[in-house]
Amino acid sequence: MFDTLKSRIFQGNQFIKDIEQAPMREQFRGLPVLKNSNCDNCGRCEKICPTGALEFNPLRIDMGKCTFCGDCKNVCAKNAINFSNFYKLASSSREGLIIDERTTKELYEKTAIEVKNEIVSMFSRSLKLRQVSAGGCNGCELELNATSNVNFDMGRFGIDFVASPRHADGLVITGPVTKNMAYALEDCFLATPNPKIVILCGACAISGGVFQDSSELNREFFEKHPVDLYIPGCPVHPLTFINGVLGYIRGKKKERK
Amino acid sequence: MNSNWIKIKNNSKISLLDIPILDISDLRIEIISLCRGSVSVENGCINGFRPVGFFGKDWGRGDTRLFVVLSDDKNGVFYVSSALFKAGIREYDSITPEIPAFHIFEREFFEEFGIKPKDHPWLKPLRKNQDDYKFFEMDGEEIHQVAVGPIHAGVIEPGHFRFMCNGETVYHLEIMLGYQHRGVESLMVQRSSNRLAESICGDSVIAYNLAYSRLMETVKGISVSSKAQLIRLLALEMERAAIHIGDLGAIAGDIAYLMGTSVFGATRTLVINTMLEFSGSRFGRGLITLGGVNFDIDDDKIQRAKKTFDKVEKDVCRMVKTMLKNSSVVSRLEKTGTVSTERAAEIGLVGLAARASGLNTDSRFDFPDKYFNILNAERIHLKGTGDVNARFKIRYKEILQSFSIIGKIFDKLKEYEKEPVNCGYEVLSKENAKDVFAISVVEGWRGEVVHIAMTDGTGRLTRYKIKDPSFNNWYGLALAVRNNGVSDFPLCNKSFNLSYCGCDL
Ligand code: SF4
Ligand code: SF4
Repeated sequence: MFDTLKSRIFQGNQFIKDIEQAPMREQFRGLPVLKNSNCDNCGRCEKICPTGALEFNPLRIDMGKCTFCGDCKNVCAKNAINFSNFYKLASSSREGLIIDERTTKELYEKTAIEVKNEIVSMFSRSLKLRQVSAGGCNGCELELNATSNVNFDMGRFGIDFVASPRHADGLVITGPVTKNMAYALEDCFLATPNPKIVILCGACAISGGVFQDSSELNREFFEKHPVDLYIPGCPVHPLTFINGVLGYIRGKKKERK
Repeated sequence: MNSNWIKIKNNSKISLLDIPILDISDLRIEIISLCRGSVSVENGCINGFRPVGFFGKDWGRGDTRLFVVLSDDKNGVFYVSSALFKAGIREYDSITPEIPAFHIFEREFFEEFGIKPKDHPWLKPLRKNQDDYKFFEMDGEEIHQVAVGPIHAGVIEPGHFRFMCNGETVYHLEIMLGYQHRGVESLMVQRSSNRLAESICGDSVIAYNLAYSRLMETVKGISVSSKAQLIRLLALEMERAAIHIGDLGAIAGDIAYLMGTSVFGATRTLVINTMLEFSGSRFGRGLITLGGVNFDIDDDKIQRAKKTFDKVEKDVCRMVKTMLKNSSVVSRLEKTGTVSTERAAEIGLVGLAARASGLNTDSRFDFPDKYFNILNAERIHLKGTGDVNARFKIRYKEILQSFSIIGKIFDKLKEYEKEPVNCGYEVLSKENAKDVFAISVVEGWRGEVVHIAMTDGTGRLTRYKIKDPSFNNWYGLALAVRNNGVSDFPLCNKSFNLSYCGCDL
């Protein structure tokens, strides 16, 4: 008993108080910063990119494909590609994930998520999510689990993962959707009561990521059902996920009462 | 040793043309005689060889060539041989009835090439769609089935579990996987990259990327600086420590000891955030590249990491000791989900689960590289009771072992301060050697991660074979839950913590 108390006391308080302003280590590879004027069109970055996320002349990165591996930056001799540690990367539209030289973090934060009144009025206080891993490598899954740990403690915002789709207000999909998981994903979607939202988590779910050329995928689900929120990363950082979802269901802090 | 086999060391290559081609019936006899001892154990060492590779390759004109790689753990070498199946030959005598550890290898070979192992006791699908598959069933008044998955209650990967229960007691568990199959091996042949290697099994990023990198460096003849080698080993041990700490938390969670879950969860965060500082990713993605690593670790970072790891070690020790003093914790861990030493050897368990069952295999020590040797690490000795308790304790011991290795690496890194960490961009376009067979085995936190590559006469990669430790160990989980309460399944499952995507590929 006393040992348990001692362990508890040694731990102190671990949770991150202000999740929207949480500091991030500078090494984290978040929103890319591109500089065309430095680029001499050598093309190394495009050649090395494992997912075809990058184009040069002019430079563009599709964060829906990007694995944030940093290889493009490493091979660029001209310092035209960099990564900031800005982690609020979620977007409510697929095109929103494609960024170029003009994208700054202020601009991105303002425009990436379109807040809809009906979503805010329905889910802002409570959002129960059912997660479906459809070929996810366990990277995104580990990070989604981490959102509920004592550091990030997503439950305090009323956002939780639930065991049954029947209890859920939405799906969180990870992985490129394998053939063998396609029907289970569809079933799970149908089992979730309306109104519901769909959140794609990670490069795999958004575009197939490093698996996009595989013949073992079946991405028909996305032809049939609209997606509410795209959260880039490989894997998605817990802060990216929580802030993305919060931004979508509550809107920006300043606009909130 | 005879002319029926060719020996190969870890992280090395041989000419494909030197691999003997036997008649399948001769090869079968050879395999059985070399592996027969593997069902008996002496002081934790199995007496015979064990399979690490048994896979086919399309050999043109409808022919299939079967490659077999056996591991001689005691002497630290692999034995390679092969057999050719002409187009018309669609079956051979199964090896599994003699050596059970082959059961899943033969299933895989059958599924991929349609060549049937005759008299295989349980020739069921491995990765392909199994909607029509009929589960093994039991009959009886009180017998009922419990079906779980593919989508589970928690945030985890998909897989289907079918329990045959009598009341609370599990008589039999059948595990059906394949939902995660992404065709990784053929993607690797089409366009291999460090990034794809990292995503094969995202909880073992470093182990997979290291195996891939070492393998391709062998095939291409690239040498890597000592400093980079050490940083890679550092990352591997950090990955081990981090996941093990998380798993201790998960085990605590499944016995409703929430204090443990919280403390281990928060402690793991410290380790992976240090990884973030080293590599820009919490799991070390982007760290390892062909020819070295992408990030140098300066003294500042080392000092900070040392401090963090000291704290982590203390926290973990304190929490584990507190838990194990608590009789209600111990009573849940002890004698739950037991796999005996003999059973473990028989079905060919590897890695952490094997060690917990009293087998002394650890490819870090069995197939050491130069850099691991200079660290003078020591094997863990634990009375392998094979239950959840043993898998809990071995994790704890391995965490301490990893931190001790990490400390030594930090000291060693100083000696190589001036060395570069990688060979630059040009190295990526280096040609593959022609007609080779190469192997690399890395001990990830679950166990041995085996990568094998073959090239053709033009140096093109033509086959990439991966074996995750989970491939061997899933069956161990199925045996572990027998005669346990079905409600203890999550606990047993977490204590193994096997990979779905690593097995499904
Ligand atoms: S960081 Fe993104 S854009 Fe750059 S190489 Fe990696 S995947 Fe491609
Ligand atoms: S996006 Fe990356 S981390 Fe997430 S499931 Fe895909 S490969 Fe794994």
